[in-house]
Amino acid sequence: MSIQVEHIHKSFGSFVALDDVSLDFPSGALTALLGPSGCGKTTLLRVIAGLERADSGRVVLAGEDASDTHVRQRRVGFVFQHYALFRHMTVFENVAFGLRVKPRRERPREPEIRARVMRLLELVQLAPLADRFPSQLSGGQRQRIALARALAVEPKVLLLDEPFGALDAQVRKELRRWLRRLHDELHITSVFVTHDQEEALEVADLVVLMNRGRVEQQGTPIEVYEQPATPFVYGFLGAVNTFHGRVERDGLRVGETTLAHDSAPLAPGVEAIAFARPHELEIVTDPDSAEGIAATVSRLLNFGANARVELDSPASTADSGRPMHYEVVLPRDQVQALGLVAGQRVRLVPSRIRVFEHRAA
Amino acid sequence: MTHRMPVPLGAAPRFNPSRQTRVLPGFPLALGYTLVYLSLMVLIPLSAVFIKSASLSWPEFWAIVSNPRVVATYRLSFGAALLAAAINAVFGLMLAWALVRYEFPGKKLIDALVDLPFALPTAVAGIALTALYAGNGWIGSLLEPLGIKVAFTPLGVLVALVFIGVPFVVRTVQPILEDLETELEEAAASLGANRRQTFTRVLLPVLLPALLTGFALAFARAVGEYGSVIFIAGNIPMVSEITPLIIITKLEQYDYVGATAVAVVMLVFSFIMLLAINLLQAWSAKRTGRNR
Amino acid sequence: MAVAGVLHGRIDARRYEANAATRESPWVRRLILGTALSFFALFLLMPLIAVFAEALRKGWLTYVTALSDPDALAAVRLTLLIAAISVPLNLVFGVAAAWSIAKFEFRGKRFLTTLIDLPFSVSPVIAGLIFVLLFGAHGWFGAWLFAHDIKIVFAVPGLVLATVFVTFPFVARELIPLMEAQGREEEEAAVVLGANGFQVFWRVTLPNIKWGLLYGVILCNARAMGEFGAVSVVSGHIRGQTNTLPLHVEILYNEYNFAAAFAVASLLALLALVTLGLKSLVEWKARQHAPVDA
Repeated sequence: MSIQVEHIHKSFGSFVALDDVSLDFPSGALTALLGPSGCGKTTLLRVIAGLERADSGRVVLAGEDASDTHVRQRRVGFVFQHYALFRHMTVFENVAFGLRVKPRRERPREPEIRARVMRLLELVQLAPLADRFPSQLSGGQRQRIALARALAVEPKVLLLDEPFGALDAQVRKELRRWLRRLHDELHITSVFVTHDQEEALEVADLVVLMNRGRVEQQGTPIEVYEQPATPFVYGFLGAVNTFHGRVERDGLRVGETTLAHDSAPLAPGVEAIAFARPHELEIVTDPDSAEGIAATVSRLLNFGANARVELDSPASTADSGRPMHYEVVLPRDQVQALGLVAGQRVRLVPSRIRVFEHRAA
Repeated sequence: MTHRMPVPLGAAPRFNPSRQTRVLPGFPLALGYTLVYLSLMVLIPLSAVFIKSASLSWPEFWAIVSNPRVVATYRLSFGAALLAAAINAVFGLMLAWALVRYEFPGKKLIDALVDLPFALPTAVAGIALTALYAGNGWIGSLLEPLGIKVAFTPLGVLVALVFIGVPFVVRTVQPILEDLETELEEAAASLGANRRQTFTRVLLPVLLPALLTGFALAFARAVGEYGSVIFIAGNIPMVSEITPLIIITKLEQYDYVGATAVAVVMLVFSFIMLLAINLLQAWSAKRTGRNR
Repeated sequence: MAVAGVLHGRIDARRYEANAATRESPWVRRLILGTALSFFALFLLMPLIAVFAEALRKGWLTYVTALSDPDALAAVRLTLLIAAISVPLNLVFGVAAAWSIAKFEFRGKRFLTTLIDLPFSVSPVIAGLIFVLLFGAHGWFGAWLFAHDIKIVFAVPGLVLATVFVTFPFVARELIPLMEAQGREEEEAAVVLGANGFQVFWRVTLPNIKWGLLYGVILCNARAMGEFGAVSVVSGHIRGQTNTLPLHVEILYNEYNFAAAFAVASLLALLALVTLGLKSLVEWKARQHAPVDA
């Protein structure tokens, strides 16, 4: 079942949580709502669920306007950030809750409830823990029970609020893979909220990037990573190196050099900001080369398959006037071949940069 | 996105506050019942005091509430309550400290009995204290030879007010003390502070809002206290008569207006104390980062 | 007023005494402990013991006679009746107030909470006075009530009203912080899963607040049975009719019938001890059921 939200506005007092948000979540896809805390992603999820009411705009579920439908009737599965398991009920009773509260004529018979709950517990691999209480479970187990409980009522969409937020790193990774597999099995339209870009890129079919109540970009993980639509998206999805300069006809003027680029042309004379990922920078050891910008190696971190080189460049200055700091990731053997040492003067040559018009923050 | 919009875009904003639904049910019913019950049981009856007293002119009102015998009761009620609250602040803090910080036999029992003044009917407390502190009582007979008379004197009033105030200080300070991270004291110790410095400079400032809240609660309660006091006070006009008793006395003489005038003075004081306590609790919550 | 939260876990004090940074020198410890325990013994323990000692001073026979006196038994019945009416009234109110205050946002919420606390800061004597002003012979409704032959003051309804007033905040006071701390998530989860209002309250909220609720009821009941000042004003002290147990104690005491007065008082002291015992039990239970990962 598809989900559309149209022109959603929501504010809490003077704080604007959602500012004209329109999105389309295709049927059967697993979509990540990604953004920093306070960007409105959880509010949007709660609006879709019907737990919050938008000030204006519509929520369309399976082609039908659901804005006035009570959360009880929306048939959404919602997994809360802290799971919201009923602490006085066993795991079994938690999962059975949604079935037991159905009106008498829709309520399955007891054996049917038993069978369905046990099937779900098998699905989340926790059948042996049916008689435990939530307080006796680990965080990852609670998470899976919360999911089983949400699935028990056969929801048309599944909404997850920071599903891995409260877990430690090891469990997170495991559950991430598990959720992906589960989604591939069930193919239920799912939306999850996260502030972890790695999580979003790894798990989701589609990523929606949000910032300050607005949608910055929507696309597949590759699209948003490779073609960030805004400086915010660029900065949010991984480490970046920044160049401040002025747009000229043949490229971006940074200090005394001009850097070529292939992004959308900006009018000459415009103040611009350019980004390159750490693997998109090359180091040229000849300090007098005409290519790139002058920089000094400040530190070498030489472990793992890739080495990290940290550099400072007086040629490119930040708004504060301090020299810019750069990070380059190179294969380790290449660093050795270049024979870099701390304090060495080199040139930094970006292999690929993306340029955006610079607006004062 | 592959999906076409199946429904036309809503043109006008659809916000309509009257249609705003709440996710959890029962709000109008619960709040409505709360307000009606509160008004019927508390607000309307209390307003009767102010409306009744409005039948007095200002000079008449002033004559009643500034009558020397009435003023003497203020002095005793407020003075003894203030002193009792101060005594409770000091010893209550020690008791809370002992209950949180030390292990000793009978601790659980003592912890439970701290709430005795909440649970024991005040009249029972009153006659028990009188029996203890009367000239022939267990404690009174020890004090009498020293020339100290407690029962049937203002000192007796003080004893009763200390009794009823004990749990207030202990129960406001105790949870704060329990929540206190030992890291605070460890940090102080590692920075070279001795135990006394750690207490006065690190712990006391953290405990102070709660301590003051407990003090204020004990004070407010003590000023209005009646049951535990009247038995031990002796109720001698100008000497050991408390303000609540003046109200009762006037009522027994069918002097409703007089009783009401004195009640207004006490109520105004209660409202001021309530405001002060709320401010103190807000301060305490801010200081310690916990809610209430 | 606000008694320390139900969910409060008591921590073993040994960890303080084992830690060099949180340990006092032995004599300071002895001084604090000694002073605190003396204070406790002098002001709390001795009065409690005195009640039972005085009650049994003249022997068991006097004790039993005092308690089986018809007036005493009438006082017991009246006290039970008053508590049986006023506690449920305040229980329903407490749940409604806590539900609206803890689970919803609205303007004036803090102020409403303060108003609910109001009866705690009003002298019990004034709590009685207000109902005399309203329903007494010279009160607002006095003439009308007299004309219709309805007695409120100096009768059971007045005693109930005064008792409801003084015990008004107990249940609400316990539930509001507890329900605020528990948040809305579990209820929201229940609604998303299709539960209706009644089901949310009965199956999710109530099981979570039952210990706090019980705690509030116990305290409310203790005060309802033991209230003296407020009921003293509205009672009229009619033996066998409008005399509650605490008022009966006063009458016996003022008649210099000390042994009987203390015998009846010991009954109330037992009630207090039972209350404290139940309270500790409930606190212990609530801690058992508190979530591990609060």
